[in-house]
Amino acid sequence: METCPAIKNILLLDSEGKRVAVNYYSDDWPTNAAKEAFEKAVFAKTQKTNARAEAEITMFDNYIVVYKFAQDLHFFVTGSDNENEIILASVLQGFFDAVGILLRGNVEKKESLENLDLILLCLDEIVDGGIVLETDANVIAGKVASNSVDSGAPLSEQTISQALATAREHLARSLLK
Amino acid sequence: MISVVVSEMAQPLVKKDDDRDDEMDYSPFMGIEKGAVLQEARVFNDPQLDARRCSQVITKLLYLLNQGEAFTKVEATEVFFSVTKLFQSKDIGLRRMVYLIIKELSPSADEVIIVTSSLMKDMNSRTDMYRANAIRVLCRITDGTLLTQIERYLKQAIVDKNPVVASAALVSGIHLLQTNPEIVKRWSNEVQEAVQSRAALVQFHALALLHQIRQNDRLAVSKLVTSLTKGSVRSPLAQCLLIRYTSQVIRESGISQTGDRPFYDYLESCLRHKAEMVIFEAARAITELNGVTTRELTPAITVLQLFLSSSKPVLRFAAVRTLNKVAMTHPMAVTNCNIDMESLISDQNRSIATLAITTLLKTGNESSIDRLMKQITNFMSDIADEFKIVVVEAIRSLCLKFPLKYRSLMNFLSNILREEGGFEYKKAIVDSIVILIRDIPDAKEGGLLHLCEFIEDCEFTYLSTQILHFLGNEGPKTSDPSKYIRYIYNRVILENATVRASAVSTLAKFGALVDSLKPRIFVLLKRCLFDSDDEVRDRATLYLNTLGGDGAVVETDEEVKEFLFGSLDVPLTNLETSLKNYEPSEEPFDIYSVPKEVKSQPLAEKKAPGKKPTGLSAPPVAPTSTVDAYERLLSSIPEFATYGKLFKSSAPVELTEAETEYAVNVVKHIFDSHIVFQYNCANTIPEQLLENVSVIVDASEAEEFSEVASKPLKSLPYDTPGQTFVAFERPEGVPAVGKFSNTLRFIVKEVDPSTGEAEDDGVEDEYQLEDLEVVSADYMLKVGVSNFRNAWESLGADCEKIDEYGLGPMEGLTEAVNAVISLLGMQPCEGTEVVPSNSRSHTCLLSGLYIGNVKVLVRLSFGVGGPKEVAMKLAVRSEDISVSDAIHEIVASG
Repeated sequence: METCPAIKNILLLDSEGKRVAVNYYSDDWPTNAAKEAFEKAVFAKTQKTNARAEAEITMFDNYIVVYKFAQDLHFFVTGSDNENEIILASVLQGFFDAVGILLRGNVEKKESLENLDLILLCLDEIVDGGIVLETDANVIAGKVASNSVDSGAPLSEQTISQALATAREHLARSLLK
Repeated sequence: MISVVVSEMAQPLVKKDDDRDDEMDYSPFMGIEKGAVLQEARVFNDPQLDARRCSQVITKLLYLLNQGEAFTKVEATEVFFSVTKLFQSKDIGLRRMVYLIIKELSPSADEVIIVTSSLMKDMNSRTDMYRANAIRVLCRITDGTLLTQIERYLKQAIVDKNPVVASAALVSGIHLLQTNPEIVKRWSNEVQEAVQSRAALVQFHALALLHQIRQNDRLAVSKLVTSLTKGSVRSPLAQCLLIRYTSQVIRESGISQTGDRPFYDYLESCLRHKAEMVIFEAARAITELNGVTTRELTPAITVLQLFLSSSKPVLRFAAVRTLNKVAMTHPMAVTNCNIDMESLISDQNRSIATLAITTLLKTGNESSIDRLMKQITNFMSDIADEFKIVVVEAIRSLCLKFPLKYRSLMNFLSNILREEGGFEYKKAIVDSIVILIRDIPDAKEGGLLHLCEFIEDCEFTYLSTQILHFLGNEGPKTSDPSKYIRYIYNRVILENATVRASAVSTLAKFGALVDSLKPRIFVLLKRCLFDSDDEVRDRATLYLNTLGGDGAVVETDEEVKEFLFGSLDVPLTNLETSLKNYEPSEEPFDIYSVPKEVKSQPLAEKKAPGKKPTGLSAPPVAPTSTVDAYERLLSSIPEFATYGKLFKSSAPVELTEAETEYAVNVVKHIFDSHIVFQYNCANTIPEQLLENVSVIVDASEAEEFSEVASKPLKSLPYDTPGQTFVAFERPEGVPAVGKFSNTLRFIVKEVDPSTGEAEDDGVEDEYQLEDLEVVSADYMLKVGVSNFRNAWESLGADCEKIDEYGLGPMEGLTEAVNAVISLLGMQPCEGTEVVPSNSRSHTCLLSGLYIGNVKVLVRLSFGVGGPKEVAMKLAVRSEDISVSDAIHEIVASG
């Protein structure tokens, strides 16, 4: 209990339970087979629920799983059974909203695979080795899309793609408002 | 649009889904293949780098890794080397992908060196994003030697004005603390500064690291918490951490809950925080405080009650789960929420609904049971089996709490037993009925009939045989045993061989125990002689020949009864391994050679929520692999082979501090008149080889022991643990105690780390170990009984001894109970080792096997007298009055 809140894994699956992108931060699932079995179990358990308006939650095998669906994408965040459910939910929300910003509202499988680099960077910015790095979706998306946390970077280090990405992010934000 | 149509025609639709079918099968990674991507990765070596192209290839590689594709060592190394070339590119997007793939490839130590300088350059870049990411990558892949080189930069980064850089360094510090604690501990000044950061997440990460650095220093943690709770923590996550640390301080300080309570006040103030995660963390912390009073609970319960009607499922779940736990210890405090709970029974989220029901079952009073059962009946039909099991278990405990209500609860159980359901669910119901039959005498006859009806139409062989076995034990003791015979004999006619065989045994039990039924039972058993299965025939033959009287109404011999139906006094798993080890020879298998030690439950079992020992099986028996291993090890050593059967092996006792040069622990093996110390030694210095390792034991403070043998260890290389033994003789049957001081003696030789070869000449050396004590509890085996009351009655009062003791001032009953349990080393039964908080008296039941294989049962009654004075009444029953006396002596002298 005296431990830091820990995330066991973050999963992004499609509407058939197949992987889009997953990140594991715990040794509970040492092999790929174990990971796939867990994903299958989580998917089967949550498939029939309606987690589109609000994040849903379930508990099994001594894990707490919070999840949210959008179109054909299923977002999951797993923690141990003595974790604060609301912390897990805030990580899920951060991930979910950041993906929404990065995909400009087109939260669906095809779009996410076409921008898989953004999704992977997004996961990288949310959790590091199980420890929560950031839960604010705007900050997460900003770090991923702008490719720089430093607006004062010298011009020589700025690239066209970076400038474009920054512009894209501004557009996304204005669209979402 | 055209391309979409084409793809739709080319790809037959295989999936059905709610949204746009035309794009379903399209994926940018369709047909991706590892070999081809590895080929593509050659672009990393181009003199003119195409950043966009390279990023795409990295994404493909990451996609493969993410899908679980395994790269061989060679492939990974090759990719890694070409990726390192990409540091030449100035493209920021590409650089980020490079960071990602390096982390994923987790290069080996000699590979890391190649990227170190590039990463160190990035760590000092003026671009914050480079600094933050380079720190995270470098710390992920680095080892201790490199860490000292970059330590200076990391310390700077912790106090960097950019929060992302600071967080990257702090989080990396948290990870590195596991592997290189001594280095990270040197950063505490910088970390302390970061705790004061204005950036919310930096504060959170700094607090987490600072606490981990100081976690073994209670005073420092307490100081940290005291200063921070005065309010300078901004981030909700950091606030949650602080709440956890605060409850740790409260728990460890054991401050009495009266007078000034700054820590509790802090927790309570957090209930008014604006972030839900903080409110919940605080409420949960308060409910989990030791000895929390109703008054302290109330504000926490109130906020949780508000969460119950939240629109967010996560909040409802969190609240109802916490209240469910509170209901176990403070049911009255939760009753205020009952109305909200009842509305949750129809919650869309079935986890929430189940938690609500089981909470209501715990808080309900006798008058509300009938109404509740009605609601549950409707609810049961539309939840999954796993939730039904939880409900069944809750109903079982409710019934034990209100025995007068057994009729409606038993009816409920028998109704759901008739409905559809999987094995685990049916088993839970059957177990519950069995427990109710055992504990509520009035429920017995009805319950047995419910079980009889169930096996008439039961698809699970396991359950049928278990119920038949149970019927055989309980049926003959009822007022009219004959009415069960029909159900049992039907099984012989209708079922598979396994069930038939167990039905035959059950019939025989009725015959043996109910003399008036014997002639009729014999008729039935004789019919079984023509069964098609040989096990069924064998059993029938055995019973017909041993029960005696040729079917006349006579009493069956006690000895025969014991032989046929007596319980096996060894754990089945032990018997199984002994039988497997037995090699067919002239010498018959000896059942007394089977060890009787029941291993304590593995931790995982305890973690499972709401799992109680099941009713039908004997107390759960865990695998006894370690005991077997010890026994095999000891019997393989000729010096110890003559000592007879191993009575007990203790858990390992550490004789060295953690992280010393040599790690030694000892296991005490108790024999009838000997004791063997097994010293498990490990050498943690790569540059040393130890030879001729032995432990010199000074037994001057253990007068009844005399050393008889010592078995040194020939060689103890680095990282390969070994054992050395010392054996003592002691008077037979006497539970002699004493203190032993130990010195490790050995010859040490230098080892060349590069070649691994040891020098020829060694130096004799000694290493002082901690003292070892042999205590009374070492002569007691933890052996549980499934039903304490029955066992207590059957031992009888012949060898009973009762006395009262004053235990003097104690912190609480829990402390007193634990002290006596560990003093006696016995197995607590029926969960009585747990003292409900705030209780003034408590009864604890213990069972065990004393040296000489004497069964001992203990009933401890504790009461709080004056200010914290604890008094105890100790009642001991055993098979031998001298053992009962010995137990009292242990307590009196302890």
